[in-house]
Order: sequence, then C-alpha cells, then structure tokens
Amino acid sequence: MKKIALDVRNLHKAFGEKIVHKGVSFQLFDGEVLGLFGGSGSGKSIILRSIIGLERPDEGEIIFEDQDLTRLSERALLKIRTKIGYVFQNGALFDSLTVEENLAYPLREHTDLNEAQILARVNEMLEKIDLKGTNPLLPAELSGGMQKRAGLARAIILKPGIILFDEPTAGLDPMNTQRLLDNVRALKKEGITGIFVTHDIPSAFEIADRIAILDGGKILAIDTPEGIRLNQDAVVQSFIKGADLHA
Amino acid sequence: MAGALETKTSHGFFFRVGQNFLSMLCFAGGFGVLCSQIAIELFRPPFYIRLTIQQLYTIGVESLVLVLVTGLATGSVMALQFGYGLSKFGGKFYVPNIVGLAIIREMGPVFTSLLVAGRIGSGIASEVASMNVTQQIDAIRALGTSPVKRIVIPRLLAAMIALPILTLFADYIGLLGAMFVCMKDLGIDAEYFFAKATETLRMHDFLTGMAKTVVFAFFISVTACWKGLNTQGGTQAVGSSTTWVVVAASIFIMISDFFLTKFFIATIYPRY
Repeated sequence: MKKIALDVRNLHKAFGEKIVHKGVSFQLFDGEVLGLFGGSGSGKSIILRSIIGLERPDEGEIIFEDQDLTRLSERALLKIRTKIGYVFQNGALFDSLTVEENLAYPLREHTDLNEAQILARVNEMLEKIDLKGTNPLLPAELSGGMQKRAGLARAIILKPGIILFDEPTAGLDPMNTQRLLDNVRALKKEGITGIFVTHDIPSAFEIADRIAILDGGKILAIDTPEGIRLNQDAVVQSFIKGADLHA
Repeated sequence: MAGALETKTSHGFFFRVGQNFLSMLCFAGGFGVLCSQIAIELFRPPFYIRLTIQQLYTIGVESLVLVLVTGLATGSVMALQFGYGLSKFGGKFYVPNIVGLAIIREMGPVFTSLLVAGRIGSGIASEVASMNVTQQIDAIRALGTSPVKRIVIPRLLAAMIALPILTLFADYIGLLGAMFVCMKDLGIDAEYFFAKATETLRMHDFLTGMAKTVVFAFFISVTACWKGLNTQGGTQAVGSSTTWVVVAASIFIMISDFFLTKFFIATIYPRY
C-alpha cells in the first residue's frame, strides 16, 4: 500500500461568477509524479497554488502531513512551504538578485549553513541544471530556458518533500524544453514526489507515473499513462490527441 | 437621442462615483489589514537589518541632493518674497523670524515629504507592483518567507527614519538659503539673521515638524507597498499604481498636515 503524500479532497473555487473548481479530488502518493492536464483556464495552476496556500479554496481540504493546509494561517503555511517546492511558469526569479543570490535565498532563510556551505550547495545545484558559472549573472542576463532552470534549482534546493511544477516548459523552444525535462527526469530518478502541470503531452506521458485530466471543474480521469491511453472517454481521447478539450 | 445620451451619462457618473467609493473602502480595508500585519510581524524574527539599511540608502541618501536643492530654493524664494513684500511696510527685519518659523514648522516637512512621496512612493509602488505581476511576491511566499517582513517593513522603517533626517537637512539648507538672500538682497547680516531666527524658533517647532514627517513617511510607504502588492495585470497596471500612489500620498500629506497642525496648536505650541 503506497503512502499518501498529499490528499486533495473536494476542492471548490470560484472567482466572482467564474466557477473554476467544482469538487476536485485526488491523491498524490509518495515517490510518484502526477501529470495534471486540462484545457487553458481549467484551473490547473489554481490547484497548485491552493496546495501551497497562495490561493485559498472556497471549500474542500488539502491534507499534508496530517494537517489541512486550507485551514492553516499564513504564518503556519510559511513552514509548510519549505517542504513543498514550487516551480513557477516563468521562473519568478528575483530580478534584483544574482543567480547565486536567488538560489542562496531559501538556504539563508531556512538553514543554519555558513556562507561557504551555501556557496558549495548553490554551485552543486547550478552544475546539476547545467548553469555552472552563471553565479554573478542577473536573471535578465539569462535566456528564458535558463531562467526556468534556475527557478527549478531554487525550488528544490531545500530538498522539499513535494515539488509542484507549474507549466515549466511553457513558451520554451524544443531544445530548452528537452533540457528542462532532462532535469526533471534526473530528479525523478532520485525519487521525487511531484505534480507536473504541462501542455507537453508526449514528455509528460513519459515522465508522469499517473495522469489526471481536469475538465469542467473536476478530475475527469486519473490513471497510469497506459490507462489514460486506453480510456474510451471522448474528452480524454481528444485531449490525448492534442485537441482542445472543449472543441 | 439626447435623452438616451443623458441616461447613459448619468448612469456612467453614478457608476463611477460608486466605483470610486468602493475602491476607497477597499483601500481603507486593505490599508488597515496591512497595518495590522505590520504590527504583528514587526517584532517577530527574522529581522532584515541589511534590507532596511539598503532601503535607507535608496530612500535617504539617494534623495538627499533633490531635497537639498529644493530646500535651498524654497528658503531663498521665501526670503525674497517676504523681504520685498515686508519692505513696503518697513518690516523686512522680521524676515528671519517669519521665514525661520515657516521653514521649520511647515515648508521643510511638507515639501520634503511631497518630494519623497513623488520619488520614493512611486519607486516603491512600481518596484513592488512589478514584483507582483511577475510572480516574485508569490515566489517570496512560496519560498516560506513573508512579503510583509521582507518588502514592507524594511521600506517602512527606512522611510520613517530617513524622512525626518532629510527634513532636517532641508530645514538647515533652507535657512541657509534664506540667510544668503537676506545678506545679498535685503541688507540683513548673518549675525542678525541667526540671532532673530534662534530667538523665534523653539525645540517644539523642530519636533512637531519631525513628528509630521514620521506620519507622512508611514502613509507614503504603507500606501505604496499596499498598492504594489495589490496590483494586477501588466505593465499598464504598474504605471497606474505608481500614479495613484503619488496622488494619494500627496493628498494625504496636504490634508493631514492641516489636522496635525491644528492638533499641535491645540496641544504643544504655546498660547500667545
């Protein structure tokens, strides 16, 4: 029996009159990568933002380490966020800090490491994501792909228990997409637990252990990549074929 | 056709009034919530002293030249105007008393605060708003840190420390400018100017001026941070937020200056 790392139960969320989630439920097991797919505006990112507490759902529970994250105060969530890494779509690097300072940020905030140890850890991470030697550069001096990989490095530098990937390959050329996916594959070999939101279907089928399809504010299907391929639901099939979910 | 147009216009007018009223309520509520968060977070570790010093440099040191130039010009112009105006009535020897009092109590604090509202209020608003629209504020939270502690409190503390000091510089350079004008244009020597100015000015004149700037600094920095943290959209929204902060802070400075002055007259200034 696999251990549940994260249990999302019956999430409801609306922005004014626009209802985004109408009861989203799924479980994330330890050591698995869950691919989360859905059409544009289906609320995939909102699920990730709700998990980390950047958005508050209107209803529902998100259970992590026996705590309901939706009930925690902002202060209590700060501690939880050191255990859940978030890879932003555009990297969200601090533009006034160098790459080195960006990566050192979580270490300086949440560890007792000295400066030499922090630098060693930063360099180790930069090497891991093929950004060796970019320490003194500002984010503006990096390409889009490099910024996203630096954002990935910053999100995982504290070795969080769960990593949330919010469309990390969006807007990247095929070469940079491949580089970033190589980084994710390497992390997967290390046994990470994570949710991977992406539109890059073939790669996600390769990376994800299970795939969840979000449609109409609910999880339409959740299964292994093979199970999803064999699913006869028309929306699921149209999604696999790369067609718009609502077409 | 005209009727239809009138209806549309009146609907638009009431709609705009309602919308402005709602945004004022939203601002008041958001400002209050942010103030309560500041009060809670201010005394809790970690303390970002290095960030506060950086902000002190940005807000204080980098504003110094602007404040000095404005202070010098204000003092000089006031001395000129009062000097030529009062000369008609043989009252030019009162210029040091009047200008000294006006600079220390009002012109120094208010002009410096307006300049800082323009330079720093807009700077903070655009920086924080840009961070917000590029998800950097979300990143601060996602990395387990508080935007109130990292962004708001260092700017607030730096503004509350820097603005009174900048005002002191503006006061002194303003008095110096007034003294030079008195010497060159009005035939009043420096010794007389100094004697008359110090005869009129009291410590409470300096202190009330400083107290005003602390209130202004609080409002400028918290308003700018609140607007920045609540900016949504793209670069156009960043621009609008910046303008809004400068206008709101300037209006607040002018209105609150009146009430603060009334308060100080009622409580601190001696009755003659």
